[in-house]
Amino acid sequence: MNKGGFEEVDHTADWSIRVWGSDMEELLRQAAKGMLQLLNARPEEGQGNWLDIDIEAEDPEELMVSWLEELLFLHETKHITFLEFDFRSVGEKHLSAAAKSAPSKRPDKHIKAVTFHNMDIIEKDGNIETEIVFDV
Amino acid sequence: MVRKQDFDQIAPLVWEIPTSYREDMRVPVRVFASEDILEHAMDDKSFSQAVNTACLPGLVSHVAVMPDVHQGYGFPIGGVAASHAEEGIISPGAIGYDINCGVRLLSTRLDYEEVKSRLPDLATSLYHRCPSGVGESGTVPLSNADLEQVCRDGSAWAAKNGYGRQEDVEFTEESGAIPGADPSVLSKRARDRGKPQLGTLGAGNHFIEVEVVDEIFHEEAADAMGLRKGSLTVLIHTGSRGFGHQICSEYVKSFQSAVDRYGIELPDRELVCAPITSPEGREYQSAMACAANFAFANRQVLAHHARSAFEEVLAGSVDDFDLYPVYDIAHNMGKMETHQVNGDEVPVCVHRKGATRAFGPGFEGLPEVYRSLGQPVLVPGSMGTASWVLMGTEGSMAQSFGSTCHGAGRTMSRTQAKKEVWGEDLRDELQQNGIQVRAGSMPGLAEEAPLAYKDVDAVVEVVSDAGIAAKVARLRPVAVIKG
Repeated sequence: MNKGGFEEVDHTADWSIRVWGSDMEELLRQAAKGMLQLLNARPEEGQGNWLDIDIEAEDPEELMVSWLEELLFLHETKHITFLEFDFRSVGEKHLSAAAKSAPSKRPDKHIKAVTFHNMDIIEKDGNIETEIVFDV
Repeated sequence: MVRKQDFDQIAPLVWEIPTSYREDMRVPVRVFASEDILEHAMDDKSFSQAVNTACLPGLVSHVAVMPDVHQGYGFPIGGVAASHAEEGIISPGAIGYDINCGVRLLSTRLDYEEVKSRLPDLATSLYHRCPSGVGESGTVPLSNADLEQVCRDGSAWAAKNGYGRQEDVEFTEESGAIPGADPSVLSKRARDRGKPQLGTLGAGNHFIEVEVVDEIFHEEAADAMGLRKGSLTVLIHTGSRGFGHQICSEYVKSFQSAVDRYGIELPDRELVCAPITSPEGREYQSAMACAANFAFANRQVLAHHARSAFEEVLAGSVDDFDLYPVYDIAHNMGKMETHQVNGDEVPVCVHRKGATRAFGPGFEGLPEVYRSLGQPVLVPGSMGTASWVLMGTEGSMAQSFGSTCHGAGRTMSRTQAKKEVWGEDLRDELQQNGIQVRAGSMPGLAEEAPLAYKDVDAVVEVVSDAGIAAKVARLRPVAVIKG
């Protein structure tokens, strides 16, 4: 059983969350959930589609930024949100996943970008965790 | 965290963190602030971020920090850093994701009292004509070829295609197009995000306000800008939209490995950079110029839509309902400029993030009517409070690389603001105070509540008293349009 979560961290102008999980897969899942909650990205009624997402990166932090950027790009340009994630393969420098999407209600929140600021994936209390700052 | 005892007060409103504060600092940090503003800014990570910024290689003189400073990501908002054009670096994150986020001010010959009764209709028409909100598509869909032309020509593309006129272009920083844009470096994803978004306001802190000239402080400059006490103006605040966000994101990521190639060590990965003269640095400048010019064109198209709204509501009831350009200025940008450093003329790339260029009198690049006065500087306040028109001074050239503040500056998180303010209550309160509000998102409105910001008047007092800008006019809002 993976125990992960996220919580908002106070930031004067932008949005920031602390994310934790037992492994990289859970960290990526919780980060996505945290970002979607900040976006208030609520699904419309209707059938969801599974989208394949494959990402290569230089290190775990870049993998995290690229993963969230991909979801953000799809949310903003295709007006969709995500209901669940199925990670087929996750390493420190790559991921292969399927994301179940659904049409998103008209968004009322906006994230411009996922930043590298303060991002440092570390081990703590048997979990891994990081902070993520979003440009709003 | 930086403490007050870490600062040396070097002038009544200038506080310096010397390079002895941390061994990796290459230049000192100079903060323009009253004691009160300085102490409040210590509540977040603004000054730690300014110290990190001072570690970038090739910086000259000092990092300047404006009184509207607040915590950002990597570089503080309200920060100005100049890196040597030959030996220095360029940092995409230090310019920001919303490349050429900026402000355009338009004047009118309309007295507020004369058209006061039409303001509700005017606000509604502006809201409907100027698409706002998250991911909203614009009214000017672009082909790939059109987008490339927008990237090269900026405001001039909009004027040529029926969204403005030549004087709009002339009254824009860099005549609405910074040189060096090369669309061939753009990714498909950047193009796909840019093509549908020209002529959109966006969400967050972007807005259009109708404002009344409340007080004049410099008659000659106000006259040159077409600002009369009691007359209406229109202020447009937006940037390069998803196009700029995509470009910045791509280069922040690709520069992660550039720092290794060039042996650059940094205290924060968001500050990644590359030498200005390197292939990576040059390519980013070409892409940044595309986004900057897109933003100039974006504000130009919105100004055109604002003119249409004024015509729709006021034609037939007043003789002159036109909107006249005062100026259009960026507050997130990297610019190649020449500045005096220790008595020498030094070519630099000035990174301004949440800071406005404020060139003093005599600058050749200004419209003739402003050349002997100084460059207009537009400082929007928080929603529902005053905005300011300032002008650049010799002091800004000498002290802050020709830069000054860009707004009020946040003091409270968005989450806290939403806890303290209910969007509907705020809208009602503003309307009771005579301010028409048209907003797509009530939570979004609450996040931008005035209590989440510093007092813009106090910020302006600092830049005025420190001599890095001069007051021209104070504006008060009568209509707010937001996504």
